[in-house]
Amino acid sequence: MSVDLAAVRRIAHLARIGVSEAETPHLQHEINAILKFVEALEAVDVEGVEPMTSVIPMRLPMRDDIVTDGGIVDKVLANAPLTEDGFFLVPKVIE
Amino acid sequence: MTELTSLTLAEARDQLKSRAISSLEITRAHLAAMERAKALNAFVATTADKALAMAAASDARLAEGEGGPLEGLPIGVKDLYATEGVHTQACSHILEGFRPTYESTVTANLWRDGAVMLGKLNMDEFAMGSSNETSYYGPVASPWLPPNWSREQARAALIDGKRGLLSPGGSSGGSSAAVAARLCLAATASDTGGSIRQPAAFTGIVGIKPTYGRCSRWGMVAFASSLDQAGPLARTVRDAAIMLRSMAGPDPKDSTCSPDPVPDYETAVGRSVKGLTIGVPREYRLEGMNAEIEALWAEGTEWLREGGANVVEVSLPNTRHALPAYYIVAPAEASSNLARYDGVRYGLRQPGADIVELYEKTRASGFGAEVRRRLMIGTYVLSAGYYDAYYVRAQKIRTLIKRDFERVFADGVDAILTPATPSAAFGIGEKSSADPVEMYLNDVFTVTVNMAGLPGIVAPAGLSSEGLPLGLQLIGRPFDEETLFSLAEAIEQSAGRAKLPEAWW
Repeated sequence: MSVDLAAVRRIAHLARIGVSEAETPHLQHEINAILKFVEALEAVDVEGVEPMTSVIPMRLPMRDDIVTDGGIVDKVLANAPLTEDGFFLVPKVIE
Repeated sequence: MTELTSLTLAEARDQLKSRAISSLEITRAHLAAMERAKALNAFVATTADKALAMAAASDARLAEGEGGPLEGLPIGVKDLYATEGVHTQACSHILEGFRPTYESTVTANLWRDGAVMLGKLNMDEFAMGSSNETSYYGPVASPWLPPNWSREQARAALIDGKRGLLSPGGSSGGSSAAVAARLCLAATASDTGGSIRQPAAFTGIVGIKPTYGRCSRWGMVAFASSLDQAGPLARTVRDAAIMLRSMAGPDPKDSTCSPDPVPDYETAVGRSVKGLTIGVPREYRLEGMNAEIEALWAEGTEWLREGGANVVEVSLPNTRHALPAYYIVAPAEASSNLARYDGVRYGLRQPGADIVELYEKTRASGFGAEVRRRLMIGTYVLSAGYYDAYYVRAQKIRTLIKRDFERVFADGVDAILTPATPSAAFGIGEKSSADPVEMYLNDVFTVTVNMAGLPGIVAPAGLSSEGLPLGLQLIGRPFDEETLFSLAEAIEQSAGRAKLPEAWW
């Protein structure tokens, strides 16, 4: 499989990475090089093989369904580029 | 007297305990060495005040006859570990100015045991790279001189873009360079596809990626969560064992972290390898393989045989699928993990007319080229219509890779011996060609271990004809790091400890 320029633009938008028109052909070339590299996998027989979900067999630990932290607004906001009244500030999302 | 920075971690520990030296002395010696080695670019942040305060506190504890297993020992921390109030950016521009309000579990364990933090170490951006060249802070120069280079020539290159100097490997290139250059006694590192083991091989030091789940991932900047694992880089097998014991351990904050207690790995160092069965996988003998690497591998096999181990040929038939499958799984998980860098909650923010433009502009300018490329690949293989063909198929292949190892271990093999890298260290700028796959091939011997969640250790085993270090890798059963430490020490003893380069920088 390989991607065309329209697909590169679509992927970039899905990944929320701004890409200029000038960069697109170069990216297309690189992405296709990687897709060509993984192409060999198409020939592997995986009939009846379960996809790996946990690399080491272990049961997820359970804990009581109680609040274990919170009340640390200052810490949560400490690294935010823009805040106001204890909230993250973003451009208007809903018109 | 030996220079304080040339002591091994174990020697320094013993001398601190006997009060022959103080933590302040050895910490100051390392801070001075870091200052002299600034041009190598191994550290991206120095925490001198913190180091001196921690050292003074250690000295007070040692004076009382108290102190943990790492009391007073100065170490470096890869920039991927969250350290409270201290520069933590995984060497990415998108985390500009980030100062965590919390401490990663692994580093908290190290401070609990008395270690002293010297600063944060350079790395490939978000650990995506095998040469440390994708770092926002620029490449790191290996302390090893390129073949036939004079010290003057190297010094000139150091201040002029570092081109032609050797890469210390990646992604933990700052860690490997700093340990090999004796700027710290040991360092934390992390390994998603070989990022501890390849830098260890390139710089003539020891690195272990433990079993998935042995160390907590809490507070480590995530790359690919099902592959990432913490581990140490150190100058001897014993030092790596001492470090790992402190780094590892149960953590309720990481549900994939093993609840099992951590053995005292140091007791495995020096243990006889007599009677152990070592597998040599025929699929690792690649076509067109470097003859020196092949000879080194054979020599390593011979050393273990002389130590009383039985060596058998084994087959891991799905080996050749590991690297392509990795380049689906790792970018897929990265694209999901790195979605959090949105310019809203922390780090860099580029203003936009609306929220989508804010995201796109922030991420376009905050991520470097390699990270952007991998995020796009990951997004593609997870997108509607391609998920089954790529991601699910890769995860099935992962099951096959793991089964290969399980079969070999079930047949009585205790560990598997392989080369660590396809070649000795390459030069900075040498592999930044148009084809990203060329760099990816560096991980061909290491990546299977991450795909199967197994522990893998690399120990220095000799020098190339050009005088550059070469390493061998041992792969173990899940949670059997002890056997790896025993075997790696046998290799270390037979090969003789690598003589690290004198300071030319």
